[in-house]
Amino acid sequence: MGIRFVLLVNKQGQTRLAQYYAEHLTLDERRALEGEIVRKCLARTDQQCSFVEHRNYKIVYRRYASLFFLVGVDNDENELAILEFIHLFVETMDRHFGNVCELDIMFHLEKAHFMLEEMVMNGCIVETSKSNILMPIQLMDKAS
Amino acid sequence: MAAASASSSSPSLIDTLFQRSLDDLIRVLRSSSSAALEAAAIARALDEIRREIRSPDLDTKVVALQKLTYLASLHHFDMSWAAFHALELLPSTSLPQPRAAYLAASLSFHPSSTDLLPLATHQLRKHLAPSPSNSPAVAAPALHLLALASSPDLARHLAPDLLPILSNQSSNPLRPKAVATALRVLAVCPDTAPVLFKPLVECLSLSSDPRAVSAAIGAFCELALAAPDPSPYLPLAPEFYRLLVDSRNNWVTIKVLKIFARLAPLEPRVAARIVDPVCQLLRRFTAKSLVFECIRTVFSSLLDHDAAVRLAVDKIKEFLASDDDPNLRYLGLQALNMLGPAHSWAVEDSREVVIQSLNDTDTNIRREALRLIMGMLCDSNVVDICNMLIKYAIKSDPEFANEILDEVLATCGRNVYELIVDFDWYVSLLGEMVRNPHFAKGDEIERQLVDVGLRVRDARPELIRVARNLLIDPALLGNPFLCKVLSAAAWVSGEYVEFSRNPLELVEALLQPRTNLLPPFVRAVYVQAVFKILAYSFISFIEQIQAGESLAIGNSLNQRGGKQEGSDLVAAKSSSDQNNAFEIGDGVATADKAILFDSIEKQETFKHESISCLLNLIETVVGPLSECGEVEVQERARNVLGLILIIRGTQFWNIEEGHELTRDNKITKMVELMESAFSEELGPVSTNAQKRVSVPEGLILNENLSELLDILGDDDINPCASVSFSLRNHHSTETNQDSATAIEPNSLLAEHRKRHGLYYLPMDKDKSESNDYPCANEPLLPVSHGEDTEDIVKLPAQSLIPEKAKPTKPRPVVIRLDEGDGVSSSNLSTAKESKDDMLSGAIRDVLLRNEKKPSSTHKTSSDRTSQRRENDGSENSELISQQKESNSFGDREHGKSSSRKSRHHHKERIESSGQNRDNEEKSHRHSAKSSHHHRRHKHRQRGDAPLDIVPQSPVIQDFLL
Repeated sequence: MGIRFVLLVNKQGQTRLAQYYAEHLTLDERRALEGEIVRKCLARTDQQCSFVEHRNYKIVYRRYASLFFLVGVDNDENELAILEFIHLFVETMDRHFGNVCELDIMFHLEKAHFMLEEMVMNGCIVETSKSNILMPIQLMDKAS
Repeated sequence: MAAASASSSSPSLIDTLFQRSLDDLIRVLRSSSSAALEAAAIARALDEIRREIRSPDLDTKVVALQKLTYLASLHHFDMSWAAFHALELLPSTSLPQPRAAYLAASLSFHPSSTDLLPLATHQLRKHLAPSPSNSPAVAAPALHLLALASSPDLARHLAPDLLPILSNQSSNPLRPKAVATALRVLAVCPDTAPVLFKPLVECLSLSSDPRAVSAAIGAFCELALAAPDPSPYLPLAPEFYRLLVDSRNNWVTIKVLKIFARLAPLEPRVAARIVDPVCQLLRRFTAKSLVFECIRTVFSSLLDHDAAVRLAVDKIKEFLASDDDPNLRYLGLQALNMLGPAHSWAVEDSREVVIQSLNDTDTNIRREALRLIMGMLCDSNVVDICNMLIKYAIKSDPEFANEILDEVLATCGRNVYELIVDFDWYVSLLGEMVRNPHFAKGDEIERQLVDVGLRVRDARPELIRVARNLLIDPALLGNPFLCKVLSAAAWVSGEYVEFSRNPLELVEALLQPRTNLLPPFVRAVYVQAVFKILAYSFISFIEQIQAGESLAIGNSLNQRGGKQEGSDLVAAKSSSDQNNAFEIGDGVATADKAILFDSIEKQETFKHESISCLLNLIETVVGPLSECGEVEVQERARNVLGLILIIRGTQFWNIEEGHELTRDNKITKMVELMESAFSEELGPVSTNAQKRVSVPEGLILNENLSELLDILGDDDINPCASVSFSLRNHHSTETNQDSATAIEPNSLLAEHRKRHGLYYLPMDKDKSESNDYPCANEPLLPVSHGEDTEDIVKLPAQSLIPEKAKPTKPRPVVIRLDEGDGVSSSNLSTAKESKDDMLSGAIRDVLLRNEKKPSSTHKTSSDRTSQRRENDGSENSELISQQKESNSFGDREHGKSSSRKSRHHHKERIESSGQNRDNEEKSHRHSAKSSHHHRRHKHRQRGDAPLDIVPQSPVIQDFLL
């Protein structure tokens, strides 16, 4: 399924955005999964690689300021391409919010979800152009 | 509005006016300093939400839903109860409201937990319909919801609604989304393939919007990767190839490469065709993600093309050399791991980097390097590499040290120690591992120490040396991780005491004061080992005296001839005879010599005083244990004390000269008893031993056993009773009872075997063996020697590093019983395949039909496909049964070989590798055959179909040739 989930977690391990694709998890399973991932990834340093094997898939993560972007992918997914995807997501948000920070995502969770929705559908990346991703949101902002 | 809210009971106007927004809620949560405060705030918010969400005012409702979505998504609160409220907001015409509702739904709905999903069908259809009133802003989240939460029913109902979007030629932003959603619909409900697959294929065409192409290639990549047999996608190879050559989008190229990695093994022409473009990409592009994908493709599917492999390996070296980027180093190691031992030269090239990576700061990189090194192990380099790793483990951190030990143990123990030639080395390596300061792998070492003892006769002298070194070290006794290992060492020291140079030293080690630190179950093993050593020492002592007697006789006989050597010869012979009593059927000349050497030494050690000293020591230390609270320890301690009492009861204390001893019947009898108690060797037992016993006719295993008492005669029950009796009471009535305990299990066992031979492993597994324990080397002494020399000649040629392959001694025989693991796993996989085949079967239908009749109406086509699917189903089952056959064939061969294996392992190893190759070839051939089979099937179908159809399968052939 390509991408299994996208998680945004801050340095304290609090979830700031969570989107799961295809695989359905109960609330308890999600809490457990997010806890495990946070423990595994947040303890790692900059000198260590950005890929962690977890259960039967891989987690590709990258840290931007206080936020960790964690993406769970299938084992045959290209890790470097996923890193590029994370970077694209961050740049897109940065273009929209201007110097994006954790608070922007907290107070505009809906918009972050919309952007992600434009980029990823059913675990597949469907849009990689920043302006295309932001167009519907800008239209909506104008309308309201 | 006001009247409405007044009439409905709970939400008041006040609520609506003073409702807290989502931002308010977030601020409150942020300002709550402790977890308790936050929980209270959330509880209050949830109460409000429950009230507000029932408000008839849609604005109030949507804010409540937004707050609930926030809490559910980030704080893991249940919101399934609000599903209906989300559905209520979907039809709203004000844009933000359905969007908020869709977001809530896509984060919480799932067919397994949401019963209300069918209620959404109509609204989704409305939003997906191409009308000017629908903006993409609602169609996009509708697609998103469909992709995340579609049940088979929902997928079936809404699949036709995806068609207009999918086949829209203009650059509709919804089209790529519809492609991704169609992928999900196909996965949930394969029946929709006839409807959806054709537009998906069209998305790949040249005229399509690049975004649609990108999404479609992603979808095909997922389909091809998920399918157990990707052959249905082969006809699309020309399209994929065009994209591979033309596409300027890295993401698309990566996906195309993934598809080709899957297709290339099916069709050699595809592989030959893509080699060049892949090499071009490797040379020209700098984007690491693309380069890495090319490397992966080469390593997984293009291994036959040497130039490509070399190029990829060069790129890997660049990856490994990038000191500042741990990601590239990790991926480089991972890619090298994909290469099999056939390409070990690639690892050899980067050997230094790989070994350095064991020292990396990143555990993942270290682990990958370790995996890589272990993958390169073969019988010629196993000694060097394992020695290096074990030394390395001493210096590394606790976690990784144990990972290294784990890997070494697992790899060396794999397939009954198939890599190990020099067991003396391996056993001492096991001893070395224990000395690692972070050692925590007691269970596995315990298992392997005992296992090697059971399986490899020639390793026993070294094994007992290692056991002695472990037992004798008082520092090891306090370590809780080691007690399992010590338990194994104690068992080894008792069981194979005849190889020990100094049994008395062993007893001292087993009874040293710090042993009271051990847990009771280990202590019990210690005491039992003391029992065995004591029995052995006493027998040796007696027989030594007897031997001395015969020596005296021999001397008197030979005195006339005056030949001193002759007497030595006799002495040697008699002592070797005596040792043969323990060594049943030992036929190896070298082993005999070793034992002879041992026995000559032992003649020095077993003196009158040393035996009495031994008895005193045991009595003092084991004595208190007879009052021990632990039954196991207590019982065994009493066994030992009982034996000592018997020994003391005999007259050997008072005897100075041996000749009187032989007349003491009691002693001879006792020696015989003790010998027979311990001389029987323990062998490994197959895990399937029980399964192999066929249930005799008329025996119902689930039957109630209460009637057993009537069926069994008295004579069956009596011996059991006497055993338990003697165990409990031997302290008071030791003399006869105790020796009875020693002998009875054996005689009972023999008797039981005679009566119920059916339930035991067959005695004559190998025709050459008279014993149920396969003897070392004995039956084929001349033959095996011939093979050994052959093997030594071949070794250097096989080895990874030729100069290090020294002509070692022949690999000792390792007893192995057949394993039945392969069978169950293959069954599993076939079961999985048959399940997964549904989708690819449906897709194959569609592809074939597309090519035949591009413009057929849905109705007739679905009828036809359903018919064809039946055909296909039968074909699939045929295939699977074929596979099963081939599997079982392989198993049979394996079984045959393993029975041979116990006799001459050397030849077997060579054979088995050859056999593997055979099997591989066979499977290749088989897969080739099966793909042919498909194609033939296609041809047949074409023959059935009307004549106006353009023959399709040549397309790929023309293109490729």
